[in-house]
Amino acid sequence: MFKDIIIGQYINADSVLHRLDPKIKIILTVLYVVVLFIIRGSVSYVLFALMTLCLVLMSNIKPKVFIKGLKPLVFIIIFTAVMNLLLTPGTVMVRFWIFKITYEGIRSAVIMFTRLVLLVTGTSLLTLTTSPLKLTDAIETLLSPLSHIKVPAHEIAMMMSIAIRFIPTLADETDKIQKAQTSRGADFQSGNIITRARAMIPLLVPLFISAFRRADELATAMDSRCYNATIKRTKLNTSRIGKADISYALVFICTNIIIIMFGYII
Amino acid sequence: MLETINLRFEFRDEDLETGEILTDEILHGIDLKIEKGSFVTVLGHNGSGKSTLAKHFNAILTPSSGNVLVGGLNTRDTKNVFDIRKRCGMVFQNPDNQIVAAIVEDEVAFAPENLGIDPKIIRERVDASLKAVEMYDYMHSQTSKLSGGQKQRVAIAGVLAMEPECIVLDEPTAMLDPRGRREVISTIKRLNKTKNMTVVLITHYMDEAVQSDRTVVIDDGKVVLDGTPKEVFSHIETLDKIGLDIPQVTRLMYKLRQDGFDVPECITVDEAKQAILNILGKRK
Repeated sequence: MFKDIIIGQYINADSVLHRLDPKIKIILTVLYVVVLFIIRGSVSYVLFALMTLCLVLMSNIKPKVFIKGLKPLVFIIIFTAVMNLLLTPGTVMVRFWIFKITYEGIRSAVIMFTRLVLLVTGTSLLTLTTSPLKLTDAIETLLSPLSHIKVPAHEIAMMMSIAIRFIPTLADETDKIQKAQTSRGADFQSGNIITRARAMIPLLVPLFISAFRRADELATAMDSRCYNATIKRTKLNTSRIGKADISYALVFICTNIIIIMFGYII
Repeated sequence: MLETINLRFEFRDEDLETGEILTDEILHGIDLKIEKGSFVTVLGHNGSGKSTLAKHFNAILTPSSGNVLVGGLNTRDTKNVFDIRKRCGMVFQNPDNQIVAAIVEDEVAFAPENLGIDPKIIRERVDASLKAVEMYDYMHSQTSKLSGGQKQRVAIAGVLAMEPECIVLDEPTAMLDPRGRREVISTIKRLNKTKNMTVVLITHYMDEAVQSDRTVVIDDGKVVLDGTPKEVFSHIETLDKIGLDIPQVTRLMYKLRQDGFDVPECITVDEAKQAILNILGKRK
C-alpha cells in the first residue's frame, strides 16, 4: 500500500546529483518549488519542464522510478486538474449539461497539472538522490543556528531519521496485520467511505500498539549504545560544501532566473 | 569481567485503584562471576529472569539490592553508566527494533558518534567492525533490505564499534531462521576465539549452549545449574523438571544408560556416534 510512494526511498547510484552537498540540495529544492510557482507563460513552463527532465537524466535514476512515484498521486493530480477545468469562470468554449469549459479553465487545468507533476518529480529528486540520513543531517545543520533560540535541531533530525528508517518496517507490519485481519474475515475493500474508514480500526489499533512497543525497545537499544544529549556528538560523514557544489548552485540559480525572465519578457 | 553479588531485582508497580505498591521480585539473589575472554551461555525458559539479568550487565536496569560490577565499575554509580555501556555492549532479540539508521555504515557509526569520537577514527572502527562480522560488502546497503541474520550481524558490528571488552546478547537468534542463526552463532564464536571477546549469550536453544565454555541455567530468578555444558546437561532430571530441552543425543545416551549400556555423557552428535560405535564394536 505504501510501497509505491518514493518519498524517503533513496536509490543508491553515482551521479552529480548524488554527490552534491545535501544542504545545497535542500536549499535548491526549496528554490525549485518557489520558482515553479512564480513562473508565468508557456515558454517558461516548457523550459522549466525541460530543466526538470535534464535533472532527472542527470540523476542516473531510471525515469520509470519517477513515474511509479507519481502513481499514488494520480487521483489528486487529475482531480485538481478537472476541478480547475470545470470551475474556472471566463470565456465559455464548450457547454454541456450543468458544466461549462472555459478557455481560462483549460489553461489553469494544464498549468495545475504541470505544476503538480513537476513539484512531485522535483522534490522526489531530492529524496531519491540523498540518503535519508544525509538529508536529516543537512536539516540538522540548516536548523542548528536556531538552536540558540532553543529549537531542538538535533532532536528533530533524529526523530525524522528514525521515522524514515521505520517506514519500510511499519509498511511490512501493516501488510501483515491486514492479511491477518482479512484471514479472520475483516473486509477492507467493500462498502462506502465511512464503512471502509471504520474497517481501518482493526488495522490501526494493532499497528499503533506494535509501534509503541518498538519505540520502547528502540529507546533501550539507543541507550545501551550511549545515546545521550550531553556529550557533543560527532558525525561519520561530515559533508563540506566544495567548489563543485557552489558552481552547481550558481548554474542552477542562473538557469532559474533566465526561465523566470522569459515569462515576463515574452 | 562481569560480577553480580547477591543481585536482587523487583518491579514496582502502583495499583491505580487502591494506590497500593505492588512488587514482584524477578531475580532472587544471583551470584555470578564471568571471566574475561570466556563464552558463557545463560539458559532459561521465558519468564525465568534471564533477560532481566542481561539488562543489569549494561546498566539499563540497576539492582534493587546487591551489586553488579562490570570491569570493576559498579552499575549503581550513575557516573559510570557510559563507561559500562562502552565496555559491555548489548545486542537485543528483535533485529528490527534495535537498528537506528537506514544505512548499514551509519548504523555501525551510531555508538561512536554518540561518544563524540573523531570522524577519522569512527571510519576505521566502522570498517574494522563490519569486516569482523563479514558485512563489509554491505556497507552502503539499506538496513531494511537485509535478512534477519545480516541485521543481527550489523547490530553486533554496531556494538563492536564501541570497542567493548564484552558483549551480552539477549536471545539474538530467537527471531531468525536456521541459516541466520548459524551466521550469528559462528560470528559470535569467531569474535570470542580471535578477539578474546567475553561473550554472554542469553538463549533457550540447547545447541547454542553446547558450543559455549560455560552454561548457567536460570529458573525463577535463581541460578540452578552452573558449569561446562557437559556437566550441566548431565543433570537431566533437574532440566526436565524446569522444562528445558536437552540435546537429543544427550537424552539418547541417558536412555541407553538406563537400559544398562555403558555410554558416557555426550552433548554433540560426533561424540555420541563414537560412543555407540564403541559399544557396537565391543559386542562383536
